[in-house]
Amino acid sequence: MSVLLPPYAEALGVVAERDDNGRLVLAMDFAAHVRGRPGFLHGGAIAGLLELAAIATVQDRLGSDDRPRFKPITVTTDFMRGGRDKRTYAAAVISRLGSRLANVESFAWQESEDTPIAAARLNFLLARATGSPNR
Amino acid sequence: MSDTPEEMRKQMIGGDFDPRGFIELMASHSHGGLIGTRYLDHGDDWAELAIDYDEKLVGDPATGILASGPVVSLVDTASGMAIWLKSQKFVEIVTIDLRVDYLRPAKVGNSVCARMQCYRATRNIAFVRGQAHDGDAEDPIAQAAGTFMFMRPA
Repeated sequence: MSVLLPPYAEALGVVAERDDNGRLVLAMDFAAHVRGRPGFLHGGAIAGLLELAAIATVQDRLGSDDRPRFKPITVTTDFMRGGRDKRTYAAAVISRLGSRLANVESFAWQESEDTPIAAARLNFLLARATGSPNR
Repeated sequence: MSDTPEEMRKQMIGGDFDPRGFIELMASHSHGGLIGTRYLDHGDDWAELAIDYDEKLVGDPATGILASGPVVSLVDTASGMAIWLKSQKFVEIVTIDLRVDYLRPAKVGNSVCARMQCYRATRNIAFVRGQAHDGDAEDPIAQAAGTFMFMRPA
């Protein structure tokens, strides 16, 4: 299925791709609007990319017939390396996908997936129009 | 007033840190400009920043609710400023980790304000905590906590 990204993704310049294994990978180019201190990505832009990867990956798993609202409950981001002036990639692994909760781990890297620049653990409440009650 | 981030950094390292000027400068040069970070207030160990509602920052087009990324950005930037204010040492800092708990979604159309406090700064590490709200500080939208590292210990 095609991946729908929200306006926030467009603002960051994030695009969705698939690798050779069909895995969803998001990519974001370095530019002034995602920069923090000179020469480095802003932590918030990295966190935004990680969030987008997490939601897109869960939505990809759910398929086009099931589009819940993603309500972030907790987002914990670890910053491991400075994000440099180059393209950044992000992919996510679903730890558990239940009817109400999704637990996701998201990773961002530049040179190699073996040297991530940041990772996030995200827990989402999945809200559907009918069924489970909202928060 | 310096007019490039590089000059601002030199000025800051020289000890002359101007929170409002810093945010206004960053607004024209970096990610702060994309999300529209505004300076609100600061004290000895805290800083308060805000972003206005902006359709381009929406994470869920069905509801118009902002993505969580801009809130993380705001918290991250306010944390850094709180740390500089508390430590009185304007060296580069990097985020080690940052946790944001979303207590409820921000109301569509409302500005979001984050107030972060640096409650402890050691030679190497600074600890921050704070909240974000969308108009009423008594009814926060998010609770945040983070740790940061000074790039060059004093």
